[in-house]
Amino acid sequence: MRHLYTWSGILVVVFFSVVGDILIARAMKQVGDVHAIVRQSGVWTVVGRVLSNSNFFLGVAAMAVAFFSLLFALSWGDVSLVAPAAASLTFIGNAFAAKIFLHERVDRRRWIAAVLVAAGVALLAG
Amino acid sequence: MTFRKYLVLAGITVLAAAGDSMLSHGMKQTGNISIHHLQGVVLAILNPWVAVGILLLLAFFASYMNALSWADLTYVLPATSLGYVLLALVAKFALHEQVSPLRWLGIALISGGVGFVAGGPELTAQEYEVSSKDPLLPKPGRSGAPAMGAEP
Repeated sequence: MRHLYTWSGILVVVFFSVVGDILIARAMKQVGDVHAIVRQSGVWTVVGRVLSNSNFFLGVAAMAVAFFSLLFALSWGDVSLVAPAAASLTFIGNAFAAKIFLHERVDRRRWIAAVLVAAGVALLAG
Repeated sequence: MTFRKYLVLAGITVLAAAGDSMLSHGMKQTGNISIHHLQGVVLAILNPWVAVGILLLLAFFASYMNALSWADLTYVLPATSLGYVLLALVAKFALHEQVSPLRWLGIALISGGVGFVAGGPELTAQEYEVSSKDPLLPKPGRSGAPAMGAEP
């Protein structure tokens, strides 16, 4: 039963982390290349565009939910399981979600990178 | 990729690792925070290590958003995961902690992953096309690549 709690907690953390990352990534693509905008019309234009983007706020809210779910998950399970499992599953989840929702071309090179990093993080934090 | 963009990616890596370490160091000094003693949170923020850690993490988030404005999520995440390696190296050489062979293997895997993704393009070409047709776009014509070339 404790295992079930721990793994449900991990999955909730991963879900909201992925949602947050995807929404922030989408918001910044809508804002446009920050370097180019700053060169053209200054840093306040970037700030204005970010603060008028609803995806940005939804993304930050999702990341906040992910953070607090992580605190709950850590109180149910060991930090040596919860932290690496959540971090490495987030890498894999992001690769899938970026392909589906952001239409990024996740080629073989990127899949291998995501899997290697996910495995590395699991080993490093485990 | 320009030098400036590599600098942003390096900034994400270093700021996240440094911010996390300082926050962790500061929180160990302030002690446990419980839901019944929320004033502990205020005391924690007054700790200089925690305060600087938070500032560094804010800077990290700004750099992260900067990178996502010109690169794919599936490029930025692996490319900046060297922060995990950095933390392990700091643990080994600055804090003199024991780093097990399994952790060295983890470091090797992450470095391999970073090498793999860094060799490829940072942005898929169709991206801007997709975002300019995005129905969620708050103000059409103001964002995305097509407007960038025009004079303000």
